[in-house]
Amino acid sequence: MPSASTIQTLTQLSYLIAAALFILGLKRMSSPVTAVSGVRWAGVGMLLATIVTLAFMGASSLNLMLVIIAIAIGTVIAWVSGKRVAMTDMPQMIALYNGMGGGAAAAIAAVELYSGNEHNPVHLTMAAVGGFIGAVSFSGSLIAFAKLQGLITKSVRFSGQKFVNLAILLITVGFGFMVVSGVGAESGLPVVSLLFVFALILGVAMTLPIGGADMPVVISLYNALTGLAVGFEGFVLDNAAMIIAGTVVGSAGTLLTQLMAKAMNRSLGNVLFSNFGETSVAGGGAAGTQKPIEASDAGVMMAYSQKIIIVPGYGLAVAQAQHKVWELTQLLMDHGVKVRFAIHPVAGRMPGHMNVLLAEAGVPYDLISDLDEINAEFETADVALIIGANDVVNPDARTNKNSPIYGMPILNADKAKNVIVIKRGQGQGFSGIDNALFGLDQTRMLYGDAQAAVSQLIQAVKAAG
Amino acid sequence: MIDGVIALYIFMLAAFTGYEVISRVPVILHTPLMSGSNFVHGIVLVGAMVALATADTTLVRVIGFVGVLLAAGNAVGGYVVTERMLKMFVLAGKKKGP
Repeated sequence: MPSASTIQTLTQLSYLIAAALFILGLKRMSSPVTAVSGVRWAGVGMLLATIVTLAFMGASSLNLMLVIIAIAIGTVIAWVSGKRVAMTDMPQMIALYNGMGGGAAAAIAAVELYSGNEHNPVHLTMAAVGGFIGAVSFSGSLIAFAKLQGLITKSVRFSGQKFVNLAILLITVGFGFMVVSGVGAESGLPVVSLLFVFALILGVAMTLPIGGADMPVVISLYNALTGLAVGFEGFVLDNAAMIIAGTVVGSAGTLLTQLMAKAMNRSLGNVLFSNFGETSVAGGGAAGTQKPIEASDAGVMMAYSQKIIIVPGYGLAVAQAQHKVWELTQLLMDHGVKVRFAIHPVAGRMPGHMNVLLAEAGVPYDLISDLDEINAEFETADVALIIGANDVVNPDARTNKNSPIYGMPILNADKAKNVIVIKRGQGQGFSGIDNALFGLDQTRMLYGDAQAAVSQLIQAVKAAG
Repeated sequence: MIDGVIALYIFMLAAFTGYEVISRVPVILHTPLMSGSNFVHGIVLVGAMVALATADTTLVRVIGFVGVLLAAGNAVGGYVVTERMLKMFVLAGKKKGP
């Protein structure tokens, strides 16, 4: 057995290598060509750090056994569920894994605080802050998971909610101070438990009022928070790999949160604390009646177009229509039609959600464009085919100052010569706002489930020759 | 081990590195990026292992056990779904049949 200092050095070196592999791996993710190798590099780093820790952490045989059992159970469950989960369910899966990371960070903090071995005030503060953030991320992510999974279908909102949440926040911070200052220990209150209980309640209370379309922002935010919590616990444990990895993830999540909020033209505070969609909607934008179209007519129109831009939204994910859409696309391309996909940053329930679904179906990513790349092209498109998207193509965002989504960057589908909207029914989008696009002269509505409607379009295009 | 100020330096440099590296990731890869960074914070596993290794009461053992379990799930699940998603991104020239 090597000496204690050698072990220490070996462990730290393995953490250094792991941290380097994480950063290089994330860097390789900046291109789809190298991205798979990127995650594998990061995986090697993770494996190395785990094995070295297991070998050298010097646990009693009971604790060592517990560690191995816990890893085995966690690995098997996550491996099986990760392999099986459908691509359409990816947002809730990511929310769940994210919550697990936050929970683990909170558990580390709890171990440090309950065992009472820690007396360094800086470490105590770090442990409490990391535990607080981790617990919020844990319970908040679980609520986000339940919402995305459809276990919770209503957004719980009441007047004065933000003041209740603020009160919970202040109480939690108060218990945090008592834990760190040692006042709590003297008072005989179980302050550590109270800190965690209130942090968990805060996560639930914060996430319950948030609606489905805001989930991209929320998932990104909790990703950032879990990263930060891991970073803080890294300080407590003198573990540089945790500090680096946690902080990198924290800034990555922050960046994504900003991008998502910007794509909705809203601030993070607005997403978290406003009762969006509850405000009475000023009308005026939804002039014109919705004109239905038969799939056969729509198919003919598309078959004889030169250029079609497809705009997918959450409705495509719900109906699992991505494979049919790619079938339709290939058919149209065989007819000589130029087909492109236009993806809004907040389409779906997490950043890049639509890209993943289209990739799953086999759509090459060079057919897919984001907002800035494609917006100028709608004017030259014969047909804009909207599949289960709503607010992201509502021209009211450009023109109607009274609209709640005024100012949000949208895809300019209304500039296309013809617009075909595949929509489940005549209802409104998530935000409850009338969509001015649906009433335009060049717009036709194709009602029905996205998968069924696209299947009908495929038949119609085939019949058209 | 890690001095307070040194730790702050690590924190600062890692924050800038993260921001720079991630800001170059294209929009189409945002979901795998998120699950990939999700996987990276699975490094919390080593911390949870060390915490459980030092546990000496039943309460702390239970919490530590749950921590390791959750962290292992985070790391393994994050890896599996990220790799699955990234494998699906193909260029038009390289695509396999539908």
